[in-house]
Amino acid sequence: MKSLIDITDLDTGEIDGLIADSLDIIAHPEKYARVCERKKLATLFFEPSTRTRLSFEAAMYELGGNVLSVAGSGTSSAAKGESVADTARVVSCYADIIAMRHPKEGAALVAAMNSSVPVINAGDGGHCHPTQTLADLLTVYREKGRLSGLTVGVCGDLKFGRTVHSLIGAMSRSDDMKFVLVSPAELKLPSYVKNETLKKRSIPYYQTEDLDSVMPELDILYMTRIQRERFFNEEDYLRLRDSYILTPEKLKRAKPDMCVMHPLPRVNEISVAVDDDPRACYFKQVLNGKYIRMALIIKLLREAGRL
Amino acid sequence: MNIDAIQNGVVIDHIKAGSGMKLCSLLGLDSTDLSVAIIRNVNSRKMGKKDIIKIDSLTSVNLDLIGYVDPGATVNIIRDGVLVKKLTLDTPDRLVNVIKCKNPRCITSCEQELPHVFRLADRAKREYRCIYCETRAG
Repeated sequence: MKSLIDITDLDTGEIDGLIADSLDIIAHPEKYARVCERKKLATLFFEPSTRTRLSFEAAMYELGGNVLSVAGSGTSSAAKGESVADTARVVSCYADIIAMRHPKEGAALVAAMNSSVPVINAGDGGHCHPTQTLADLLTVYREKGRLSGLTVGVCGDLKFGRTVHSLIGAMSRSDDMKFVLVSPAELKLPSYVKNETLKKRSIPYYQTEDLDSVMPELDILYMTRIQRERFFNEEDYLRLRDSYILTPEKLKRAKPDMCVMHPLPRVNEISVAVDDDPRACYFKQVLNGKYIRMALIIKLLREAGRL
Repeated sequence: MNIDAIQNGVVIDHIKAGSGMKLCSLLGLDSTDLSVAIIRNVNSRKMGKKDIIKIDSLTSVNLDLIGYVDPGATVNIIRDGVLVKKLTLDTPDRLVNVIKCKNPRCITSCEQELPHVFRLADRAKREYRCIYCETRAG
Protein backbone atom coordinates (compact mmCIF):
# COMPACT_ATOMS: atom_id res chain seq x y z
CA MET A 1 0.00 0.00 0.00
CA LYS A 2 1.37 3.34 -1.05
CA SER A 3 1.95 6.20 1.36
CA LEU A 4 3.63 9.54 0.67
CA ILE A 5 6.52 10.12 3.05
CA ASP A 6 9.11 11.74 0.81
CA ILE A 7 8.54 13.47 -2.52
CA THR A 8 10.81 10.86 -4.13
CA ASP A 9 8.15 8.24 -3.33
CA LEU A 10 6.46 9.67 -6.43
CA ASP A 11 8.09 9.27 -9.83
CA THR A 12 7.90 12.08 -12.35
CA GLY A 13 5.02 10.38 -14.17
CA GLU A 14 2.99 10.28 -10.96
CA ILE A 15 3.72 13.95 -10.26
CA ASP A 16 2.67 14.85 -13.79
CA GLY A 17 -0.50 12.84 -13.19
CA LEU A 18 -1.26 14.67 -9.94
CA ILE A 19 -0.75 18.02 -11.66
CA ALA A 20 -3.08 16.99 -14.49
CA ASP A 21 -5.68 15.79 -11.97
CA SER A 22 -5.37 19.06 -10.02
CA LEU A 23 -5.96 21.08 -13.18
CA ASP A 24 -9.06 18.99 -13.86
CA ILE A 25 -10.30 19.55 -10.28
CA ILE A 26 -9.79 23.30 -10.74
CA ALA A 27 -11.65 23.27 -14.05
CA HIS A 28 -14.47 20.93 -12.99
CA PRO A 29 -14.90 21.01 -9.17
CA GLU A 30 -18.44 19.63 -9.41
CA LYS A 31 -17.10 16.33 -10.79
CA TYR A 32 -15.22 15.74 -7.54
CA ALA A 33 -17.72 17.01 -4.98
CA ARG A 34 -18.78 13.50 -3.86
CA VAL A 35 -15.77 11.38 -4.81
CA CYS A 36 -14.82 10.70 -1.17
CA GLU A 37 -18.31 10.44 0.25
CA ARG A 38 -18.35 8.28 3.44
CA LYS A 39 -14.54 8.28 3.56
CA LYS A 40 -12.63 9.66 6.55
CA LEU A 41 -9.35 11.52 6.68
CA ALA A 42 -7.60 11.56 10.08
CA THR A 43 -5.39 14.61 10.57
CA LEU A 44 -2.85 13.92 13.31
CA PHE A 45 -0.91 17.07 14.02
CA PHE A 46 1.57 16.78 16.88
CA GLU A 47 3.21 20.11 16.05
CA PRO A 48 1.65 23.57 15.58
CA SER A 49 0.22 24.09 12.12
CA THR A 50 -2.64 26.10 10.76
CA ARG A 51 -2.48 26.14 7.00
CA THR A 52 -1.39 22.58 6.31
CA ARG A 53 -4.01 21.04 8.57
CA LEU A 54 -6.76 23.30 7.24
CA SER A 55 -5.62 22.62 3.70
CA PHE A 56 -5.96 18.85 4.18
CA GLU A 57 -9.30 19.25 5.90
CA ALA A 58 -10.63 21.63 3.25
CA ALA A 59 -9.42 19.25 0.55
CA MET A 60 -11.28 16.31 2.11
CA TYR A 61 -14.47 18.31 2.64
CA GLU A 62 -14.42 19.50 -0.98
CA LEU A 63 -14.21 15.86 -2.03
CA GLY A 64 -17.34 15.12 0.00
CA GLY A 65 -15.42 13.24 2.72
CA ASN A 66 -15.22 13.62 6.49
CA VAL A 67 -12.39 14.54 8.80
CA LEU A 68 -11.25 13.19 12.17
CA SER A 69 -8.86 15.65 13.71
CA VAL A 70 -6.25 15.62 16.45
CA ALA A 71 -4.31 18.83 16.88
CA GLY A 72 -1.47 19.13 19.37
CA SER A 73 0.31 16.43 21.31
CA GLY A 74 -1.04 17.86 24.56
CA THR A 75 -4.58 16.78 23.69
CA SER A 76 -3.79 13.38 22.25
CA SER A 77 -2.61 9.95 23.32
CA ALA A 78 0.95 11.15 22.72
CA ALA A 79 0.62 13.09 25.98
CA LYS A 80 0.16 9.73 27.70
CA GLY A 81 3.32 8.43 26.09
CA GLU A 82 1.78 6.39 23.29
CA SER A 83 4.21 5.61 20.51
CA VAL A 84 3.78 6.81 16.94
CA ALA A 85 3.58 3.17 15.84
CA ASP A 86 0.68 2.40 18.20
CA THR A 87 -1.10 5.65 17.34
CA ALA A 88 -0.93 4.77 13.64
CA ARG A 89 -2.24 1.25 14.27
CA VAL A 90 -5.17 2.60 16.29
CA VAL A 91 -6.11 5.48 14.02
CA SER A 92 -5.99 3.33 10.90
CA CYS A 93 -8.86 1.35 12.45
CA TYR A 94 -11.03 4.48 12.28
CA ALA A 95 -9.90 6.32 9.15
CA ASP A 96 -9.39 5.56 5.46
CA ILE A 97 -6.32 7.76 5.16
CA ILE A 98 -4.05 9.65 7.57
CA ALA A 99 -2.26 12.99 7.24
CA MET A 100 0.35 13.39 9.97
CA ARG A 101 2.66 16.12 11.18
CA HIS A 102 5.16 15.36 13.92
CA PRO A 103 8.21 17.21 15.29
CA LYS A 104 10.47 14.16 15.05
CA GLU A 105 12.18 13.33 11.77
CA GLY A 106 11.06 9.99 10.39
CA ALA A 107 7.82 9.88 12.40
CA ALA A 108 5.67 9.64 9.28
CA LEU A 109 7.71 6.70 8.02
CA VAL A 110 7.17 4.90 11.33
CA ALA A 111 3.44 5.63 11.06
CA ALA A 112 3.33 4.28 7.48
CA MET A 113 5.17 1.12 8.53
CA ASN A 114 2.48 0.42 11.11
CA SER A 115 -0.69 1.76 9.50
CA SER A 116 -3.16 -0.31 7.53
CA VAL A 117 -4.25 2.78 5.54
CA PRO A 118 -2.20 5.25 3.46
CA VAL A 119 -0.22 7.85 5.41
CA ILE A 120 0.61 11.29 4.05
CA ASN A 121 3.55 13.04 5.65
CA ALA A 122 2.38 16.56 6.45
CA GLY A 123 5.83 17.45 7.79
CA ASP A 124 8.23 15.50 10.01
CA GLY A 125 10.42 18.00 11.82
CA GLY A 126 12.99 19.52 9.52
CA HIS A 127 13.07 16.47 7.30
CA CYS A 128 10.34 16.30 4.60
CA HIS A 129 7.14 18.05 3.65
CA PRO A 130 6.16 16.44 0.35
CA THR A 131 2.70 17.96 -0.07
CA GLN A 132 4.18 21.45 0.20
CA THR A 133 6.45 20.43 -2.64
CA LEU A 134 3.48 19.23 -4.67
CA ALA A 135 1.82 22.62 -4.06
CA ASP A 136 5.03 24.32 -5.17
CA LEU A 137 5.25 22.23 -8.33
CA LEU A 138 1.64 22.90 -9.26
CA THR A 139 2.26 26.61 -8.72
CA VAL A 140 5.36 26.59 -10.90
CA TYR A 141 3.48 24.69 -13.60
CA ARG A 142 0.49 27.05 -13.54
CA GLU A 143 2.68 30.16 -13.55
CA LYS A 144 5.43 29.10 -15.99
CA GLY A 145 3.65 26.43 -18.04
CA ARG A 146 6.46 23.94 -17.47
CA LEU A 147 8.61 22.30 -14.80
CA SER A 148 11.83 22.31 -16.81
CA GLY A 149 14.34 24.80 -18.19
CA LEU A 150 14.18 27.08 -15.14
CA THR A 151 16.69 28.86 -12.94
CA VAL A 152 15.47 28.51 -9.37
CA GLY A 153 16.85 30.63 -6.54
CA VAL A 154 16.22 29.30 -3.04
CA CYS A 155 16.88 31.78 -0.27
CA GLY A 156 17.02 31.78 3.52
CA ASP A 157 17.26 28.73 5.75
CA LEU A 158 18.55 26.05 3.42
CA LYS A 159 19.90 23.92 6.26
CA PHE A 160 16.71 23.17 8.19
CA GLY A 161 14.26 24.20 5.43
CA ARG A 162 12.57 20.91 4.58
CA THR A 163 10.51 22.51 1.80
CA VAL A 164 13.72 23.52 0.06
CA HIS A 165 15.21 20.03 0.27
CA SER A 166 12.07 18.47 -1.16
CA LEU A 167 11.71 21.10 -3.89
CA ILE A 168 15.30 20.63 -5.03
CA GLY A 169 14.82 16.85 -4.94
CA ALA A 170 11.73 17.06 -7.10
CA MET A 171 12.80 19.73 -9.59
CA SER A 172 16.25 18.28 -10.14
CA ARG A 173 14.54 15.41 -11.94
CA SER A 174 13.45 17.83 -14.69
CA ASP A 175 15.60 18.80 -17.68
CA ASP A 176 17.74 21.93 -17.94
CA MET A 177 17.38 23.09 -14.37
CA LYS A 178 19.77 25.38 -12.54
CA PHE A 179 19.78 26.21 -8.84
CA VAL A 180 21.13 29.25 -7.04
CA LEU A 181 21.50 28.63 -3.30
CA VAL A 182 21.31 31.86 -1.28
CA SER A 183 21.87 31.61 2.46
CA PRO A 184 24.03 32.75 5.37
CA ALA A 185 27.09 30.52 5.80
CA GLU A 186 25.55 28.86 8.88
CA LEU A 187 22.40 27.84 7.02
CA LYS A 188 23.82 26.40 3.81
CA LEU A 189 22.19 23.49 2.05
CA PRO A 190 23.40 20.24 3.73
CA SER A 191 26.13 18.46 1.82
CA TYR A 192 24.10 15.28 1.50
CA VAL A 193 21.42 17.12 -0.48
CA LYS A 194 24.10 18.57 -2.74
CA ASN A 195 25.93 15.25 -3.13
CA GLU A 196 22.99 12.91 -3.52
CA THR A 197 20.82 15.20 -5.62
CA LEU A 198 22.57 18.04 -7.41
CA LYS A 199 26.04 16.55 -7.96
CA LYS A 200 24.73 13.05 -8.60
CA ARG A 201 22.49 14.35 -11.39
CA SER A 202 25.04 16.88 -12.67
CA ILE A 203 22.66 19.77 -12.04
CA PRO A 204 24.42 23.16 -12.25
CA TYR A 205 24.27 25.16 -9.02
CA TYR A 206 26.20 27.70 -7.03
CA GLN A 207 26.07 29.07 -3.50
CA THR A 208 26.11 32.71 -2.54
CA GLU A 209 25.21 34.98 0.37
CA ASP A 210 24.25 37.85 -1.96
CA LEU A 211 20.63 37.79 -3.11
CA ASP A 212 20.74 41.12 -4.94
CA SER A 213 23.45 40.09 -7.37
CA VAL A 214 21.68 36.92 -8.52
CA MET A 215 18.19 38.42 -8.76
CA PRO A 216 18.28 39.24 -12.52
CA GLU A 217 18.91 35.62 -13.59
CA LEU A 218 16.12 33.93 -11.61
CA ASP A 219 12.89 32.52 -13.05
CA ILE A 220 11.72 31.48 -9.59
CA LEU A 221 12.70 32.98 -6.23
CA TYR A 222 11.75 30.65 -3.40
CA MET A 223 12.01 32.50 -0.09
CA THR A 224 11.99 30.68 3.24
CA ARG A 225 11.60 31.67 6.85
CA ILE A 226 14.43 31.32 9.36
CA GLN A 227 12.63 28.95 11.70
CA ARG A 228 12.98 29.66 15.40
CA GLU A 229 11.85 26.12 16.31
CA ARG A 230 14.83 24.55 14.47
CA PHE A 231 17.43 26.29 16.64
CA PHE A 232 18.67 24.97 19.97
CA ASN A 233 20.26 28.35 20.61
CA GLU A 234 18.11 31.51 20.68
CA GLU A 235 21.13 33.74 20.09
CA ASP A 236 21.85 32.06 16.75
CA TYR A 237 18.24 32.53 15.70
CA LEU A 238 18.21 36.22 16.58
CA ARG A 239 21.46 36.79 14.71
CA LEU A 240 20.27 35.11 11.50
CA ARG A 241 16.56 35.83 11.31
CA ASP A 242 16.84 39.10 9.36
CA SER A 243 19.44 37.89 6.86
CA TYR A 244 17.18 38.39 3.83
CA ILE A 245 14.20 40.67 3.47
CA LEU A 246 12.61 40.95 0.03
CA THR A 247 11.32 44.43 -0.79
CA PRO A 248 9.83 46.09 -3.91
CA GLU A 249 13.15 47.89 -4.29
CA LYS A 250 15.05 44.60 -4.53
CA LEU A 251 12.48 43.20 -6.95
CA LYS A 252 13.27 45.96 -9.45
CA ARG A 253 16.25 43.92 -10.59
CA ALA A 254 14.19 40.77 -11.16
CA LYS A 255 12.74 39.52 -14.44
CA PRO A 256 9.24 40.87 -15.13
CA ASP A 257 7.82 37.34 -15.11
CA MET A 258 9.79 35.95 -12.17
CA CYS A 259 7.69 34.11 -9.56
CA VAL A 260 8.19 34.89 -5.89
CA MET A 261 7.25 31.86 -3.84
CA HIS A 262 7.21 31.12 -0.12
CA PRO A 263 5.85 28.10 1.79
CA LEU A 264 4.39 30.44 4.47
CA PRO A 265 4.04 31.46 7.18
CA ARG A 266 6.31 34.42 6.58
CA VAL A 267 7.61 36.55 9.40
CA ASN A 268 9.40 39.48 7.82
CA GLU A 269 11.43 37.95 4.98
CA ILE A 270 8.99 39.28 2.37
CA SER A 271 7.80 42.83 2.87
CA VAL A 272 4.00 43.20 2.83
CA ALA A 273 4.52 45.78 0.10
CA VAL A 274 5.55 42.95 -2.25
CA ASP A 275 2.09 41.35 -1.96
CA ASP A 276 0.62 43.62 -4.62
CA ASP A 277 3.36 42.82 -7.12
CA PRO A 278 2.01 40.48 -9.84
CA ARG A 279 5.10 38.34 -9.35
CA ALA A 280 4.04 37.44 -5.80
CA CYS A 281 2.72 33.86 -5.99
CA TYR A 282 2.77 32.76 -2.35
CA PHE A 283 -0.94 33.04 -1.73
CA LYS A 284 -1.59 31.17 -4.98
CA GLN A 285 0.58 28.37 -3.54
CA VAL A 286 -1.86 28.04 -0.65
CA LEU A 287 -4.80 27.52 -2.98
CA ASN A 288 -2.82 25.19 -5.22
CA GLY A 289 -1.90 23.20 -2.12
CA LYS A 290 -5.53 22.41 -1.48
CA TYR A 291 -6.14 21.29 -5.07
CA ILE A 292 -3.15 18.99 -5.26
CA ARG A 293 -3.94 17.52 -1.83
CA MET A 294 -7.38 16.70 -3.23
CA ALA A 295 -5.71 14.94 -6.16
CA LEU A 296 -3.34 13.12 -3.82
CA ILE A 297 -6.08 11.90 -1.46
CA ILE A 298 -8.00 10.48 -4.44
CA LYS A 299 -4.88 8.80 -5.85
CA LEU A 300 -3.85 7.15 -2.56
CA LEU A 301 -7.37 6.03 -1.68
CA ARG A 302 -7.79 4.51 -5.16
CA GLU A 303 -4.44 2.73 -4.97
CA ALA A 304 -5.36 1.36 -1.54
CA GLY A 305 -8.62 0.01 -2.98
CA ARG A 306 -10.69 2.31 -0.78
CA LEU A 307 -12.37 4.22 -3.61
CA MET B 1 52.53 -16.85 21.55
CA ASN B 2 50.44 -20.00 21.34
CA ILE B 3 46.65 -20.16 21.25
CA ASP B 4 45.22 -23.67 21.05
CA ALA B 5 43.07 -24.58 18.06
CA ILE B 6 39.40 -24.62 18.99
CA GLN B 7 37.22 -27.72 18.58
CA ASN B 8 33.80 -26.07 18.34
CA GLY B 9 33.55 -22.37 17.78
CA VAL B 10 33.88 -19.34 15.57
CA VAL B 11 37.04 -17.75 14.22
CA ILE B 12 36.82 -14.25 12.82
CA ASP B 13 39.89 -13.96 10.63
CA HIS B 14 41.50 -11.37 8.34
CA ILE B 15 40.46 -8.47 10.55
CA LYS B 16 42.34 -5.31 9.70
CA ALA B 17 45.16 -4.95 12.23
CA GLY B 18 44.02 -2.70 15.06
CA SER B 19 40.27 -3.34 14.59
CA GLY B 20 40.03 -6.53 16.63
CA MET B 21 39.42 -4.90 20.00
CA LYS B 22 36.76 -2.58 18.60
CA LEU B 23 34.99 -5.44 16.82
CA CYS B 24 35.15 -7.57 19.96
CA SER B 25 33.53 -4.79 21.94
CA LEU B 26 30.81 -4.08 19.35
CA LEU B 27 29.96 -7.80 19.21
CA GLY B 28 29.57 -7.73 22.98
CA LEU B 29 32.27 -10.36 23.39
CA ASP B 30 34.05 -8.29 26.02
CA SER B 31 31.16 -8.80 28.41
CA THR B 32 30.27 -12.47 27.93
CA ASP B 33 31.28 -15.56 29.85
CA LEU B 34 32.50 -17.24 26.67
CA SER B 35 36.17 -18.00 26.18
CA VAL B 36 37.35 -15.41 23.69
CA ALA B 37 40.84 -14.76 22.41
CA ILE B 38 41.83 -11.62 20.53
CA ILE B 39 45.11 -12.07 18.72
CA ARG B 40 46.55 -8.80 17.49
CA ASN B 41 49.11 -8.05 14.83
CA VAL B 42 49.44 -11.60 13.52
CA ASN B 43 51.75 -11.92 10.50
CA SER B 44 49.76 -12.39 7.29
CA ARG B 45 51.01 -13.02 3.76
CA LYS B 46 48.08 -11.18 2.23
CA MET B 47 47.62 -8.36 4.72
CA GLY B 48 51.03 -7.91 6.31
CA LYS B 49 49.45 -7.75 9.77
CA LYS B 50 45.98 -8.80 10.85
CA ASP B 51 43.86 -9.42 13.96
CA ILE B 52 41.98 -12.64 14.74
CA ILE B 53 39.15 -13.29 17.20
CA LYS B 54 38.58 -16.86 18.39
CA ILE B 55 35.39 -17.76 20.24
CA ASP B 56 35.39 -21.15 21.92
CA SER B 57 31.67 -21.71 21.38
CA LEU B 58 29.31 -22.12 18.43
CA THR B 59 27.65 -18.83 19.25
CA SER B 60 25.95 -16.72 16.59
CA VAL B 61 27.69 -13.52 15.60
CA ASN B 62 26.19 -10.48 13.88
CA LEU B 63 27.55 -10.75 10.34
CA ASP B 64 26.17 -7.32 9.36
CA LEU B 65 28.08 -5.73 12.20
CA ILE B 66 31.30 -7.49 11.20
CA GLY B 67 30.75 -6.47 7.55
CA TYR B 68 30.16 -2.89 8.65
CA VAL B 69 33.33 -2.71 10.75
CA ASP B 70 35.53 -4.68 8.36
CA PRO B 71 34.05 -6.06 5.11
CA GLY B 72 37.36 -7.85 4.44
CA ALA B 73 37.01 -10.11 7.48
CA THR B 74 36.11 -13.80 7.17
CA VAL B 75 34.07 -15.88 9.56
CA ASN B 76 34.99 -19.55 10.00
CA ILE B 77 32.74 -22.04 11.73
CA ILE B 78 34.63 -24.91 13.38
CA ARG B 79 32.81 -28.11 14.37
CA ASP B 80 34.64 -31.09 15.95
CA GLY B 81 37.91 -29.49 14.97
CA VAL B 82 36.95 -29.26 11.30
CA LEU B 83 36.29 -26.11 9.29
CA VAL B 84 32.66 -26.64 8.18
CA LYS B 85 31.83 -23.18 6.84
CA LYS B 86 33.83 -20.17 5.68
CA LEU B 87 31.90 -16.93 5.15
CA THR B 88 33.30 -14.00 3.25
CA LEU B 89 31.60 -10.71 4.05
CA ASP B 90 30.64 -7.63 2.12
CA THR B 91 29.55 -4.15 3.09
CA PRO B 92 25.92 -4.81 4.08
CA ASP B 93 23.13 -2.90 2.30
CA ARG B 94 21.23 -2.46 5.54
CA LEU B 95 22.16 -2.33 9.20
CA VAL B 96 19.55 -3.14 11.82
CA ASN B 97 20.40 -2.30 15.44
CA VAL B 98 24.11 -2.32 14.66
CA ILE B 99 24.68 1.41 15.18
CA LYS B 100 22.48 4.10 16.68
CA CYS B 101 21.27 7.34 15.13
CA LYS B 102 22.77 10.29 16.98
CA ASN B 103 20.36 12.92 15.63
CA PRO B 104 18.36 14.20 18.65
CA ARG B 105 15.54 15.19 16.27
CA CYS B 106 15.21 11.64 14.90
CA ILE B 107 12.15 9.59 15.83
CA THR B 108 14.51 6.87 17.09
CA SER B 109 15.41 9.19 19.98
CA CYS B 110 11.97 8.80 21.55
CA GLU B 111 10.03 5.93 19.94
CA GLN B 112 9.98 2.88 22.16
CA GLU B 113 11.75 -0.21 20.80
CA LEU B 114 12.04 1.22 17.30
CA PRO B 115 14.92 -0.55 15.54
CA HIS B 116 17.77 1.70 14.45
CA VAL B 117 18.02 1.03 10.71
CA PHE B 118 20.63 2.43 8.36
CA ARG B 119 20.84 2.02 4.58
CA LEU B 120 24.04 2.00 2.55
CA ALA B 121 23.90 5.35 0.74
CA ASP B 122 27.32 5.27 -0.93
CA ARG B 123 29.12 1.93 -1.32
CA ALA B 124 32.41 3.47 -2.44
CA LYS B 125 32.58 5.70 0.65
CA ARG B 126 30.89 3.06 2.86
CA GLU B 127 28.49 5.78 3.95
CA TYR B 128 25.33 4.86 5.84
CA ARG B 129 22.25 6.99 6.48
CA CYS B 130 19.43 6.56 8.96
CA ILE B 131 16.28 5.47 7.09
CA TYR B 132 14.13 7.73 9.27
CA CYS B 133 15.96 11.07 9.26
CA GLU B 134 18.74 10.61 6.62
CA THR B 135 21.44 11.48 9.14
CA ARG B 136 24.83 10.05 8.25
CA ALA B 137 26.27 7.39 10.55
CA GLY B 138 29.49 8.03 12.39
